[in-house]
Amino acid sequence: MSDWRLLHVGDASVVVEFERRIDPAVNARALAVGAAIRSARHPGVHDVVEGYCSVTVAFDPLRTAVEPLIADLEAAADRAPLADTEAQEVTLPVCYGGRHGPDLGAVAAFAGCSETDVVTLHAGATYRVYMLGFLPGFAYMGTVDPRIAAPRRSRPRLRVPAGAVGIAGFQTGIYPLAAPGGWNLIGRCPVRTFDLEAQRPFLLQPGCSVRFQAITEAEFRQSETTEA
Amino acid sequence: MIHVLQPGLFTTVQDNGRWGYQRFGIPVAGPMDRVSHRLANLIVGNRASCATLEVTLAGPRLEFQRDLRFAVSGAEFELFLDGTPLSMDAAQPVRSGQCLAFGRRQRGARAYVAVAGGIEVPLVLGSRATHVASRMGGFRGRALAAGDVLAVGATVERRARPGRRSMPASGTAGRVRVLPGPDAERFGALGAAVLAAAEYRVGAASDRMGYRLDGPALDQAGPELPSCAVPAGAIQVPPSGEPIILMADRPTSGGYPRIGTVITADIPVLAQMAPADRVAFETCNLETAMQALIAQERALLA
Repeated sequence: MSDWRLLHVGDASVVVEFERRIDPAVNARALAVGAAIRSARHPGVHDVVEGYCSVTVAFDPLRTAVEPLIADLEAAADRAPLADTEAQEVTLPVCYGGRHGPDLGAVAAFAGCSETDVVTLHAGATYRVYMLGFLPGFAYMGTVDPRIAAPRRSRPRLRVPAGAVGIAGFQTGIYPLAAPGGWNLIGRCPVRTFDLEAQRPFLLQPGCSVRFQAITEAEFRQSETTEA
Repeated sequence: MIHVLQPGLFTTVQDNGRWGYQRFGIPVAGPMDRVSHRLANLIVGNRASCATLEVTLAGPRLEFQRDLRFAVSGAEFELFLDGTPLSMDAAQPVRSGQCLAFGRRQRGARAYVAVAGGIEVPLVLGSRATHVASRMGGFRGRALAAGDVLAVGATVERRARPGRRSMPASGTAGRVRVLPGPDAERFGALGAAVLAAAEYRVGAASDRMGYRLDGPALDQAGPELPSCAVPAGAIQVPPSGEPIILMADRPTSGGYPRIGTVITADIPVLAQMAPADRVAFETCNLETAMQALIAQERALLA
Protein backbone atom coordinates (compact mmCIF):
# COMPACT_ATOMS: atom_id res chain seq x y z
CA MET A 1 0.00 0.00 0.00
CA SER A 2 1.31 3.43 -0.82
CA ASP A 3 1.85 5.98 1.91
CA TRP A 4 0.90 9.01 -0.13
CA ARG A 5 -2.25 10.23 -1.80
CA LEU A 6 -3.09 12.21 -4.88
CA LEU A 7 -5.52 15.09 -4.39
CA HIS A 8 -7.28 17.30 -6.89
CA VAL A 9 -7.51 20.81 -5.51
CA GLY A 10 -9.86 22.52 -7.93
CA ASP A 11 -9.50 21.97 -11.68
CA ALA A 12 -6.11 23.64 -12.05
CA SER A 13 -3.90 21.85 -9.53
CA VAL A 14 -3.05 18.37 -8.34
CA VAL A 15 -1.22 17.56 -5.14
CA VAL A 16 0.83 14.60 -4.00
CA GLU A 17 0.59 14.50 -0.25
CA PHE A 18 2.73 12.33 1.99
CA GLU A 19 2.08 11.76 5.66
CA ARG A 20 0.92 15.03 7.25
CA ARG A 21 3.99 15.39 9.40
CA ILE A 22 6.82 17.89 9.69
CA ASP A 23 9.77 15.60 9.22
CA PRO A 24 12.96 15.90 7.12
CA ALA A 25 12.46 12.45 5.56
CA VAL A 26 8.88 13.24 4.50
CA ASN A 27 9.94 16.64 3.17
CA ALA A 28 12.81 15.04 1.23
CA ARG A 29 10.32 12.81 -0.56
CA ALA A 30 8.18 15.81 -1.49
CA LEU A 31 11.27 17.57 -2.87
CA ALA A 32 12.20 14.49 -4.92
CA VAL A 33 8.74 14.41 -6.51
CA GLY A 34 8.96 18.14 -7.16
CA ALA A 35 12.33 17.81 -8.89
CA ALA A 36 11.09 14.90 -11.03
CA ILE A 37 7.99 16.78 -12.21
CA ARG A 38 9.91 19.95 -12.94
CA SER A 39 12.36 18.06 -15.13
CA ALA A 40 9.52 16.26 -16.95
CA ARG A 41 8.40 19.66 -18.34
CA HIS A 42 4.76 18.86 -18.95
CA PRO A 43 3.21 21.45 -21.29
CA GLY A 44 0.90 23.86 -19.48
CA VAL A 45 2.42 23.36 -16.04
CA HIS A 46 2.83 26.79 -14.41
CA ASP A 47 4.36 25.96 -11.06
CA VAL A 48 5.62 23.06 -8.98
CA VAL A 49 5.49 24.03 -5.31
CA GLU A 50 6.84 22.05 -2.40
CA GLY A 51 5.15 22.19 0.98
CA TYR A 52 6.19 20.55 4.25
CA CYS A 53 4.89 17.17 3.15
CA SER A 54 3.36 17.81 -0.27
CA VAL A 55 4.00 18.89 -3.82
CA THR A 56 1.43 21.02 -5.63
CA VAL A 57 1.45 21.19 -9.41
CA ALA A 58 -0.43 24.22 -10.74
CA PHE A 59 -1.35 24.05 -14.42
CA ASP A 60 -3.48 25.56 -17.16
CA PRO A 61 -6.34 23.06 -17.49
CA LEU A 62 -6.81 24.00 -21.16
CA ARG A 63 -3.21 23.24 -22.09
CA THR A 64 -2.32 20.33 -19.86
CA ALA A 65 -2.86 16.64 -20.46
CA VAL A 66 -3.78 15.81 -16.89
CA GLU A 67 -3.65 12.01 -17.16
CA PRO A 68 0.03 11.75 -18.16
CA LEU A 69 0.87 14.39 -15.55
CA ILE A 70 -0.83 12.35 -12.84
CA ALA A 71 0.83 9.14 -14.05
CA ASP A 72 4.23 10.84 -13.77
CA LEU A 73 3.39 12.18 -10.32
CA GLU A 74 2.32 8.76 -9.12
CA ALA A 75 5.46 7.12 -10.46
CA ALA A 76 7.63 9.81 -8.84
CA ALA A 77 5.82 9.44 -5.52
CA ASP A 78 6.31 5.66 -5.58
CA ARG A 79 10.04 5.91 -6.16
CA ALA A 80 10.66 8.97 -3.95
CA PRO A 81 13.60 7.96 -1.75
CA LEU A 82 13.31 7.91 2.00
CA ALA A 83 16.90 9.05 2.38
CA ASP A 84 17.64 12.75 2.11
CA THR A 85 19.89 14.01 -0.65
CA GLU A 86 22.92 16.07 0.20
CA ALA A 87 21.78 19.60 0.90
CA GLN A 88 23.38 22.91 0.14
CA GLU A 89 24.68 24.41 3.40
CA VAL A 90 24.36 28.09 4.19
CA THR A 91 25.75 29.87 7.25
CA LEU A 92 24.05 33.14 8.11
CA PRO A 93 25.36 35.70 10.62
CA VAL A 94 22.91 36.94 13.25
CA CYS A 95 23.27 39.77 15.73
CA TYR A 96 21.12 38.53 18.62
CA GLY A 97 19.23 40.61 21.17
CA GLY A 98 19.37 44.33 21.87
CA ARG A 99 17.65 46.54 19.30
CA HIS A 100 17.70 43.65 16.82
CA GLY A 101 15.95 41.10 19.03
CA PRO A 102 13.14 42.78 20.98
CA ASP A 103 11.58 39.41 21.90
CA LEU A 104 14.77 37.66 23.04
CA GLY A 105 13.80 38.37 26.67
CA ALA A 106 10.31 36.97 26.16
CA VAL A 107 11.68 33.78 24.59
CA ALA A 108 14.13 33.44 27.51
CA ALA A 109 11.21 33.86 29.93
CA PHE A 110 9.26 31.20 28.00
CA ALA A 111 12.25 28.85 28.19
CA GLY A 112 13.05 29.70 31.79
CA CYS A 113 16.68 30.35 30.93
CA SER A 114 18.98 33.28 30.19
CA GLU A 115 19.09 35.20 26.90
CA THR A 116 22.58 33.80 26.32
CA ASP A 117 21.19 30.27 26.62
CA VAL A 118 18.53 31.06 24.00
CA VAL A 119 21.24 32.27 21.63
CA THR A 120 23.35 29.18 22.29
CA LEU A 121 20.38 26.91 21.58
CA HIS A 122 19.28 28.79 18.46
CA ALA A 123 22.77 29.10 16.96
CA GLY A 124 23.76 25.60 18.05
CA ALA A 125 21.44 23.71 15.71
CA THR A 126 21.31 23.04 11.98
CA TYR A 127 17.97 23.86 10.39
CA ARG A 128 16.29 22.53 7.33
CA VAL A 129 14.48 24.79 4.88
CA TYR A 130 11.21 22.89 4.51
CA MET A 131 9.46 25.30 2.19
CA LEU A 132 9.15 28.94 1.16
CA GLY A 133 5.97 30.96 1.46
CA PHE A 134 4.19 33.73 3.41
CA LEU A 135 6.38 36.42 1.82
CA PRO A 136 8.64 36.41 -1.28
CA GLY A 137 11.74 34.46 -0.29
CA PHE A 138 10.54 33.62 3.23
CA ALA A 139 11.96 30.22 4.23
CA TYR A 140 10.22 28.12 6.85
CA MET A 141 13.06 26.46 8.78
CA GLY A 142 12.95 23.92 11.55
CA THR A 143 12.98 22.58 13.95
CA VAL A 144 14.04 24.73 16.89
CA ASP A 145 14.89 23.22 20.25
CA PRO A 146 11.56 22.60 22.05
CA ARG A 147 12.77 24.66 25.03
CA ILE A 148 12.79 27.87 22.94
CA ALA A 149 9.83 27.03 20.68
CA ALA A 150 7.79 30.01 21.88
CA PRO A 151 4.41 30.48 20.17
CA ARG A 152 3.69 33.50 17.96
CA ARG A 153 3.09 36.84 19.67
CA SER A 154 -0.56 37.44 20.46
CA ARG A 155 -0.30 40.81 18.72
CA PRO A 156 1.59 40.82 15.43
CA ARG A 157 3.86 43.80 14.81
CA LEU A 158 2.80 46.16 12.05
CA ARG A 159 6.34 46.31 10.72
CA VAL A 160 9.15 43.83 11.06
CA PRO A 161 12.38 44.92 9.35
CA ALA A 162 14.06 42.93 6.58
CA GLY A 163 16.61 40.53 8.03
CA ALA A 164 14.76 40.04 11.33
CA VAL A 165 15.23 36.51 12.67
CA GLY A 166 12.23 35.05 14.43
CA ILE A 167 10.83 32.00 16.16
CA ALA A 168 7.24 30.76 15.84
CA GLY A 169 6.79 27.49 17.69
CA PHE A 170 9.12 24.87 16.21
CA GLN A 171 9.84 27.12 13.21
CA THR A 172 12.47 29.75 12.67
CA GLY A 173 12.80 32.19 9.78
CA ILE A 174 14.30 35.41 8.44
CA TYR A 175 12.05 38.21 7.16
CA PRO A 176 13.14 38.74 3.53
CA LEU A 177 11.60 42.22 3.41
CA ALA A 178 9.91 44.61 5.80
CA ALA A 179 6.41 43.30 6.53
CA PRO A 180 3.88 42.90 9.31
CA GLY A 181 4.53 39.78 11.35
CA GLY A 182 3.86 37.89 14.55
CA TRP A 183 7.05 35.90 15.05
CA ASN A 184 9.21 36.40 18.16
CA LEU A 185 12.15 38.49 16.99
CA ILE A 186 15.42 37.39 18.55
CA GLY A 187 18.01 38.94 16.25
CA ARG A 188 18.81 40.31 12.83
CA CYS A 189 20.80 39.00 9.90
CA PRO A 190 22.69 41.56 7.77
CA VAL A 191 22.59 39.28 4.70
CA ARG A 192 19.51 39.67 2.45
CA THR A 193 17.91 36.32 1.67
CA PHE A 194 15.80 37.86 -1.12
CA ASP A 195 17.18 40.45 -3.52
CA LEU A 196 15.80 40.88 -7.03
CA GLU A 197 18.94 42.80 -8.03
CA ALA A 198 21.25 39.97 -6.98
CA GLN A 199 22.53 37.34 -9.36
CA ARG A 200 20.75 34.76 -7.21
CA PRO A 201 17.56 36.45 -6.02
CA PHE A 202 16.73 33.61 -3.64
CA LEU A 203 19.49 32.62 -1.25
CA LEU A 204 17.52 29.75 0.25
CA GLN A 205 15.49 27.01 -1.32
CA PRO A 206 13.63 23.98 -0.03
CA GLY A 207 16.06 21.36 1.25
CA CYS A 208 18.85 23.79 2.20
CA SER A 209 20.67 23.36 5.52
CA VAL A 210 21.07 26.57 7.49
CA ARG A 211 23.26 27.41 10.48
CA PHE A 212 23.24 30.70 12.33
CA GLN A 213 26.43 32.26 13.61
CA ALA A 214 26.23 34.84 16.39
CA ILE A 215 27.95 38.13 15.54
CA THR A 216 28.47 41.31 17.55
CA GLU A 217 26.81 44.68 16.94
CA ALA A 218 30.12 45.98 15.53
CA GLU A 219 30.30 43.05 13.09
CA PHE A 220 26.66 43.65 12.14
CA ARG A 221 27.36 47.29 11.31
CA GLN A 222 30.48 46.25 9.43
CA SER A 223 28.67 43.78 7.19
CA GLU A 224 25.78 46.21 6.64
CA THR A 225 28.27 48.76 5.35
CA THR A 226 29.90 46.16 3.13
CA GLU A 227 26.49 45.23 1.72
CA ALA A 228 25.65 48.84 0.84
CA MET B 1 2.38 57.36 -23.16
CA ILE B 2 -0.65 57.55 -20.92
CA HIS B 3 -0.92 60.29 -18.35
CA VAL B 4 -2.93 59.37 -15.25
CA LEU B 5 -5.07 62.41 -14.42
CA GLN B 6 -7.05 60.58 -11.73
CA PRO B 7 -6.16 57.06 -10.62
CA GLY B 8 -9.62 55.80 -9.62
CA LEU B 9 -10.06 53.75 -6.45
CA PHE B 10 -7.48 51.06 -7.09
CA THR B 11 -6.03 50.72 -10.57
CA THR B 12 -3.10 48.36 -11.17
CA VAL B 13 -1.11 47.03 -14.11
CA GLN B 14 -1.78 43.29 -14.59
CA ASP B 15 -0.72 40.63 -17.05
CA ASN B 16 -1.35 36.88 -16.90
CA GLY B 17 0.58 36.60 -13.65
CA ARG B 18 4.00 35.85 -12.25
CA TRP B 19 4.08 32.09 -12.66
CA GLY B 20 7.01 29.81 -11.95
CA TYR B 21 8.27 31.24 -8.66
CA GLN B 22 5.70 30.10 -6.13
CA ARG B 23 8.23 27.67 -4.69
CA PHE B 24 10.22 30.73 -3.64
CA GLY B 25 7.18 32.33 -2.08
CA ILE B 26 6.47 34.70 -4.98
CA PRO B 27 2.70 35.27 -5.31
CA VAL B 28 1.17 34.91 -8.79
CA ALA B 29 -0.97 38.11 -8.88
CA GLY B 30 -2.41 38.78 -12.37
CA PRO B 31 -5.96 39.75 -13.33
CA MET B 32 -8.83 38.93 -10.99
CA ASP B 33 -11.11 38.44 -14.03
CA ARG B 34 -8.93 36.55 -16.49
CA VAL B 35 -11.67 36.48 -19.15
CA SER B 36 -12.31 40.23 -19.32
CA HIS B 37 -8.56 40.95 -19.26
CA ARG B 38 -8.10 38.63 -22.23
CA LEU B 39 -11.10 39.98 -24.08
CA ALA B 40 -9.80 43.55 -23.83
CA ASN B 41 -6.43 42.40 -25.20
CA LEU B 42 -8.08 40.43 -28.03
CA ILE B 43 -10.20 43.40 -29.06
CA VAL B 44 -7.21 45.71 -29.58
CA GLY B 45 -5.18 42.96 -31.27
CA ASN B 46 -2.73 42.35 -28.45
CA ARG B 47 -1.05 39.08 -27.72
CA ALA B 48 -2.32 37.34 -24.58
CA SER B 49 0.79 38.22 -22.58
CA CYS B 50 0.20 41.99 -22.80
CA ALA B 51 -0.48 43.96 -19.64
CA THR B 52 -3.74 45.86 -19.10
CA LEU B 53 -4.98 48.21 -16.41
CA GLU B 54 -7.30 46.60 -13.86
CA VAL B 55 -9.83 49.15 -12.63
CA THR B 56 -11.65 48.56 -9.33
CA LEU B 57 -15.14 49.91 -8.45
CA ALA B 58 -14.34 53.53 -9.39
CA GLY B 59 -12.45 54.19 -12.57
CA PRO B 60 -9.61 56.53 -13.57
CA ARG B 61 -9.29 59.51 -15.90
CA LEU B 62 -6.53 58.94 -18.44
CA GLU B 63 -5.01 61.24 -21.04
CA PHE B 64 -3.46 59.54 -24.05
CA GLN B 65 -0.25 61.18 -25.13
CA ARG B 66 0.03 59.47 -28.47
CA ASP B 67 -2.26 58.06 -31.14
CA LEU B 68 -3.33 54.54 -30.33
CA ARG B 69 -6.36 52.35 -29.89
CA PHE B 70 -7.79 50.98 -26.70
CA ALA B 71 -10.72 48.94 -25.39
CA VAL B 72 -12.42 48.53 -22.02
CA SER B 73 -13.96 45.21 -20.99
CA GLY B 74 -15.31 43.69 -17.79
CA ALA B 75 -17.46 45.56 -15.29
CA GLU B 76 -19.92 47.93 -16.96
CA PHE B 77 -19.01 51.56 -16.48
CA GLU B 78 -20.18 54.71 -18.22
CA LEU B 79 -17.25 55.74 -20.39
CA PHE B 80 -16.51 59.10 -21.96
CA LEU B 81 -13.94 60.13 -24.53
CA ASP B 82 -13.53 63.91 -24.25
CA GLY B 83 -17.04 63.98 -22.80
CA THR B 84 -18.68 61.87 -25.51
CA PRO B 85 -20.22 58.57 -24.36
CA LEU B 86 -18.37 55.51 -25.51
CA SER B 87 -19.26 51.83 -25.63
CA MET B 88 -17.37 49.09 -23.89
CA ASP B 89 -15.83 46.07 -25.62
CA ALA B 90 -14.94 47.93 -28.81
CA ALA B 91 -11.62 49.03 -30.25
CA GLN B 92 -11.52 52.81 -30.03
CA PRO B 93 -8.90 54.82 -31.91
CA VAL B 94 -7.72 57.97 -30.12
CA ARG B 95 -5.52 60.91 -30.98
CA SER B 96 -2.82 62.22 -28.75
CA GLY B 97 -4.37 64.58 -26.19
CA GLN B 98 -7.72 62.81 -25.94
CA CYS B 99 -9.00 61.85 -22.53
CA LEU B 100 -10.83 58.72 -21.32
CA ALA B 101 -12.99 59.18 -18.25
CA PHE B 102 -14.78 56.47 -16.31
CA GLY B 103 -18.24 57.45 -15.07
CA ARG B 104 -20.76 55.56 -12.99
CA ARG B 105 -20.37 51.84 -12.44
CA GLN B 106 -23.48 49.93 -13.47
CA ARG B 107 -22.61 46.29 -12.97
CA GLY B 108 -19.62 44.24 -11.89
CA ALA B 109 -16.54 45.31 -9.95
CA ARG B 110 -13.50 45.25 -12.21
CA ALA B 111 -12.87 46.59 -15.71
CA TYR B 112 -9.80 46.19 -17.89
CA VAL B 113 -8.28 48.86 -20.12
CA ALA B 114 -6.17 47.39 -22.91
CA VAL B 115 -4.14 49.60 -25.23
CA ALA B 116 -2.71 48.30 -28.49
CA GLY B 117 0.87 47.32 -27.71
CA GLY B 118 0.17 46.72 -24.04
CA ILE B 119 1.08 48.71 -20.95
CA GLU B 120 4.85 48.75 -20.80
CA VAL B 121 6.39 48.39 -17.35
CA PRO B 122 9.58 46.48 -16.50
CA LEU B 123 9.34 42.71 -16.32
CA VAL B 124 9.97 41.43 -12.79
CA LEU B 125 10.65 37.68 -12.70
CA GLY B 126 9.08 37.44 -16.13
CA SER B 127 5.86 39.32 -15.43
CA ARG B 128 4.41 42.83 -15.39
CA ALA B 129 1.71 41.99 -12.83
CA THR B 130 1.46 44.25 -9.78
CA HIS B 131 1.54 42.63 -6.34
CA VAL B 132 0.99 45.54 -4.01
CA ALA B 133 1.60 43.69 -0.72
CA SER B 134 5.17 42.83 -1.73
CA ARG B 135 5.58 46.04 -3.78
CA MET B 136 6.52 43.95 -6.79
CA GLY B 137 5.95 44.47 -10.51
CA GLY B 138 3.53 46.81 -12.24
CA PHE B 139 4.11 50.53 -11.97
CA ARG B 140 6.64 50.85 -9.12
CA GLY B 141 4.96 47.99 -7.27
CA ARG B 142 1.87 50.01 -6.41
CA ALA B 143 -1.55 51.14 -7.55
CA LEU B 144 -1.58 54.08 -9.96
CA ALA B 145 -1.53 57.63 -8.61
CA ALA B 146 -2.37 60.98 -10.22
CA GLY B 147 0.55 62.22 -12.29
CA ASP B 148 1.91 58.79 -13.21
CA VAL B 149 2.95 58.40 -16.83
CA LEU B 150 2.70 54.92 -18.34
CA ALA B 151 4.63 53.78 -21.38
CA VAL B 152 2.90 51.81 -24.15
CA GLY B 153 4.50 48.92 -26.02
CA ALA B 154 5.19 49.19 -29.73
CA THR B 155 4.38 45.75 -31.08
CA VAL B 156 0.87 44.81 -32.11
CA GLU B 157 0.29 41.28 -33.25
CA ARG B 158 -3.03 41.34 -35.02
CA ARG B 159 -5.62 43.68 -36.34
CA ALA B 160 -8.27 44.81 -33.93
CA ARG B 161 -11.33 42.60 -33.99
CA PRO B 162 -14.95 43.48 -33.47
CA GLY B 163 -15.75 43.42 -29.79
CA ARG B 164 -18.65 41.87 -28.00
CA ARG B 165 -19.95 41.58 -24.46
CA SER B 166 -18.65 38.71 -22.52
CA MET B 167 -18.47 39.83 -18.95
CA PRO B 168 -19.30 36.82 -16.85
CA ALA B 169 -22.99 36.90 -16.02
CA SER B 170 -23.11 37.68 -12.34
CA GLY B 171 -25.32 40.57 -11.36
CA THR B 172 -25.44 40.85 -7.60
CA ALA B 173 -26.56 37.31 -6.81
CA GLY B 174 -23.76 35.29 -8.29
CA ARG B 175 -23.81 31.54 -8.25
CA VAL B 176 -20.42 29.89 -8.44
CA ARG B 177 -19.56 26.24 -8.88
CA VAL B 178 -17.26 24.49 -6.45
CA LEU B 179 -15.26 21.27 -6.54
CA PRO B 180 -15.33 19.78 -3.02
CA GLY B 181 -12.19 18.93 -1.12
CA PRO B 182 -9.50 18.22 -0.32
CA ASP B 183 -10.38 18.73 3.37
CA ALA B 184 -14.17 18.59 2.99
CA GLU B 185 -14.47 15.61 5.33
CA ARG B 186 -13.38 17.76 8.27
CA PHE B 187 -16.60 19.71 7.95
CA GLY B 188 -18.83 16.63 7.89
CA ALA B 189 -22.07 16.27 5.96
CA LEU B 190 -23.39 19.39 7.67
CA GLY B 191 -20.55 21.55 6.38
CA ALA B 192 -21.20 20.53 2.79
CA ALA B 193 -24.94 21.10 3.25
CA VAL B 194 -24.41 24.55 4.76
CA LEU B 195 -22.08 25.59 1.99
CA ALA B 196 -24.50 24.38 -0.67
CA ALA B 197 -27.64 25.88 0.85
CA ALA B 198 -26.50 29.07 2.51
CA GLU B 199 -26.19 32.43 0.91
CA TYR B 200 -23.10 34.40 1.74
CA ARG B 201 -22.24 38.00 1.18
CA VAL B 202 -18.89 39.30 0.01
CA GLY B 203 -17.40 40.88 3.14
CA ALA B 204 -16.18 44.46 3.39
CA ALA B 205 -12.57 43.36 3.95
CA SER B 206 -12.43 41.53 0.60
CA ASP B 207 -9.69 42.48 -1.81
CA ARG B 208 -7.40 41.06 -4.48
CA MET B 209 -5.87 38.75 -1.90
CA GLY B 210 -9.08 37.08 -0.85
CA TYR B 211 -12.83 37.36 -0.44
CA ARG B 212 -14.05 37.09 3.12
CA LEU B 213 -17.57 35.77 3.24
CA ASP B 214 -20.25 36.87 5.69
CA GLY B 215 -22.74 34.11 6.46
CA PRO B 216 -23.10 30.87 8.38
CA ALA B 217 -19.91 29.70 10.06
CA LEU B 218 -18.54 26.31 9.05
CA ASP B 219 -17.52 24.13 11.99
CA GLN B 220 -14.67 21.72 11.63
CA ALA B 221 -12.77 19.09 13.54
CA GLY B 222 -9.21 17.90 13.10
CA PRO B 223 -5.59 18.71 13.83
CA GLU B 224 -3.70 21.67 12.36
CA LEU B 225 -2.36 21.09 8.86
CA PRO B 226 1.21 21.63 7.68
CA SER B 227 1.30 24.53 5.19
CA CYS B 228 1.13 23.81 1.48
CA ALA B 229 0.51 25.65 -1.80
CA VAL B 230 -2.99 26.96 -2.46
CA PRO B 231 -4.59 27.69 -5.84
CA ALA B 232 -6.87 30.60 -6.72
CA GLY B 233 -10.47 29.87 -5.80
CA ALA B 234 -9.59 27.69 -2.80
CA ILE B 235 -12.17 28.18 -0.04
CA GLN B 236 -10.19 28.13 3.19
CA VAL B 237 -11.88 27.96 6.55
CA PRO B 238 -9.93 29.32 9.52
CA PRO B 239 -10.94 28.25 13.05
CA SER B 240 -13.44 31.16 13.23
CA GLY B 241 -15.51 29.26 10.64
CA GLU B 242 -15.81 32.22 8.27
CA PRO B 243 -14.78 31.11 4.79
CA ILE B 244 -12.17 33.00 2.77
CA ILE B 245 -11.85 32.48 -0.99
CA LEU B 246 -8.29 32.99 -2.14
CA MET B 247 -7.93 35.28 -5.14
CA ALA B 248 -5.19 36.61 -7.44
CA ASP B 249 -2.90 38.19 -4.82
CA ARG B 250 -3.07 35.24 -2.37
CA PRO B 251 0.13 34.25 -0.59
CA THR B 252 1.65 31.13 -2.13
CA SER B 253 0.92 28.88 0.81
CA GLY B 254 -1.73 28.38 3.40
CA GLY B 255 -2.44 26.12 6.29
CA TYR B 256 -6.20 26.32 6.76
CA PRO B 257 -8.46 23.44 5.75
CA ARG B 258 -10.00 23.75 2.31
CA ILE B 259 -13.66 22.80 2.04
CA GLY B 260 -13.67 23.27 -1.74
CA THR B 261 -12.29 25.21 -4.69
CA VAL B 262 -14.20 27.49 -7.06
CA ILE B 263 -13.83 26.21 -10.63
CA THR B 264 -11.55 28.20 -12.94
CA ALA B 265 -14.44 29.16 -15.23
CA ASP B 266 -16.33 30.81 -12.34
CA ILE B 267 -13.47 32.77 -10.73
CA PRO B 268 -14.22 35.70 -13.07
CA VAL B 269 -17.81 35.68 -11.75
CA LEU B 270 -16.45 36.13 -8.24
CA ALA B 271 -13.98 38.75 -9.45
CA GLN B 272 -16.92 40.85 -10.64
CA MET B 273 -18.53 40.84 -7.20
CA ALA B 274 -18.20 43.79 -4.89
CA PRO B 275 -18.51 43.88 -1.09
CA ALA B 276 -22.12 43.18 0.02
CA ASP B 277 -22.95 41.25 -3.18
CA ARG B 278 -24.58 37.87 -2.59
CA VAL B 279 -22.83 34.66 -3.51
CA ALA B 280 -24.17 31.11 -3.50
CA PHE B 281 -22.30 27.88 -4.10
CA GLU B 282 -23.16 24.84 -6.13
CA THR B 283 -21.14 21.64 -5.96
CA CYS B 284 -20.04 20.15 -9.28
CA ASN B 285 -17.60 17.57 -10.62
CA LEU B 286 -14.35 17.87 -12.58
CA GLU B 287 -16.03 17.08 -15.88
CA THR B 288 -18.52 19.93 -15.48
CA ALA B 289 -15.68 22.25 -14.51
CA MET B 290 -13.77 21.39 -17.67
CA GLN B 291 -16.82 21.68 -19.91
CA ALA B 292 -17.53 25.12 -18.48
CA LEU B 293 -13.95 26.22 -19.10
CA ILE B 294 -13.92 24.91 -22.68
CA ALA B 295 -17.26 26.62 -23.41
CA GLN B 296 -15.87 29.88 -22.00
CA GLU B 297 -12.75 29.59 -24.16
CA ARG B 298 -14.83 28.91 -27.28
CA ALA B 299 -16.98 31.97 -26.60
CA LEU B 300 -13.90 34.11 -26.11
CA LEU B 301 -12.25 32.99 -29.35
CA ALA B 302 -15.42 32.81 -31.47
